[in-house]
Amino acid sequence: MHADSLTYIFLNAAIINNFVLALFLGICPLLGVSGKISTAFSMGLATAFVMLISSVSAWLINEFLLYFNLEFLRLIAYIAVIASAVQLVEMTIKKFSPPLYRALGIFLPLITTNCAILGVALFQTNYEYSFSQSLVYSLGAGAGFIIAIVLMAGLREKLELADVPAIARGAAMSLMLAGILSLAFMGFAGLGGSTA
Amino acid sequence: MAANTEKPITLDTFLIGLWRENPVFVMLLGMCPVLAVTNSVVNALAMGLATTFVLLCSTALVALLRNHIPKEVRIAAYIVIIATFVTVVDYLIHAISLEIYQALGAFIQLIVANCMILGRAEAFASRNRVSTTLVNSLGMGVGFTIALLCLGSVRELLGAGTLLGIPVFGDSFEPWIIMLLPPGGFFVLGAWLLLFAWFKERQLKQKMTGAGEAGVHAR
Repeated sequence: MHADSLTYIFLNAAIINNFVLALFLGICPLLGVSGKISTAFSMGLATAFVMLISSVSAWLINEFLLYFNLEFLRLIAYIAVIASAVQLVEMTIKKFSPPLYRALGIFLPLITTNCAILGVALFQTNYEYSFSQSLVYSLGAGAGFIIAIVLMAGLREKLELADVPAIARGAAMSLMLAGILSLAFMGFAGLGGSTA
Repeated sequence: MAANTEKPITLDTFLIGLWRENPVFVMLLGMCPVLAVTNSVVNALAMGLATTFVLLCSTALVALLRNHIPKEVRIAAYIVIIATFVTVVDYLIHAISLEIYQALGAFIQLIVANCMILGRAEAFASRNRVSTTLVNSLGMGVGFTIALLCLGSVRELLGAGTLLGIPVFGDSFEPWIIMLLPPGGFFVLGAWLLLFAWFKERQLKQKMTGAGEAGVHAR
């Protein structure tokens, strides 16, 4: 597979270099909102949606800034776009699903400081992706985030019933779980040829 | 919160970030850079210092402007302030050391998304004087750097057999490559948290039996 092909970009972002488990982006929601599969899935969807919006806007903004030689404003412009997109999603969820709004709690506004989203915008700029490549890249990253957080939630739901020593409960155990998941995802390295 | 919540500067204002509310080990904030760049001590140190700089400057500015930022748009205002200082640091590191700049990659710019900084701006800087905020942020920054070094040293020691690039174990040591790879970051941080949980539990037990008077202090 060619490194620039859309299929490869999608697979790369979603599985091979999974944003959460291989690049360490978006660890906070992974540890914070992965208690239940349903909540985790909604969180994943919301994040993926913000990713898509901000990635598309970031691409347009980058073209604009490059045209006027204003690259130093890139970071500030990106984060402003992300903050607005998050505000939009927050208002939508609050209007259409108050229970979900309560379940996500503080982690909804905190999507703004989810490094995965800023990461998508920054990486696609670094890789100099075209518009369609950026779009596919952000979709892949969103899918990867959903996969990771739902897997994590599933494992933690099972572990609720297991007999875990008291000192290992909570964050320490979640991190160990994430480590094992990350090990498993390393098995995908090399998928799609040696172009990685 | 009421307007009059300003705290006086005490030793505790500084120490709270080092241990009792350590941003990494206790609050679990700013995890992404903690795991991503701690594969060597030098990277960890650079990241710690960069984050501390941004934390100090942005919380000071937030504290300075705390009575002028409207409540509704405060988060956006904080983010823009933080992003400004991160841009400064980004260009600064680029100018000082290209090697470190390349090793840290996008994670310098991702300091913007470090929830610890936004957390401090919201929870402390927005309701305290500049001087108090500076002291508290310095403590938090040092605590963050220490945590990064804790992870960085273990991962470099086990993953490459070196410390600050100097070989430690001699030729017969077979490095655990896994420690430098992503899973290693999760495992080492998990192990540190386990260690602290065990330590805390032991302290609690001592307190219960009344055996260790010295260890009772709430730290």
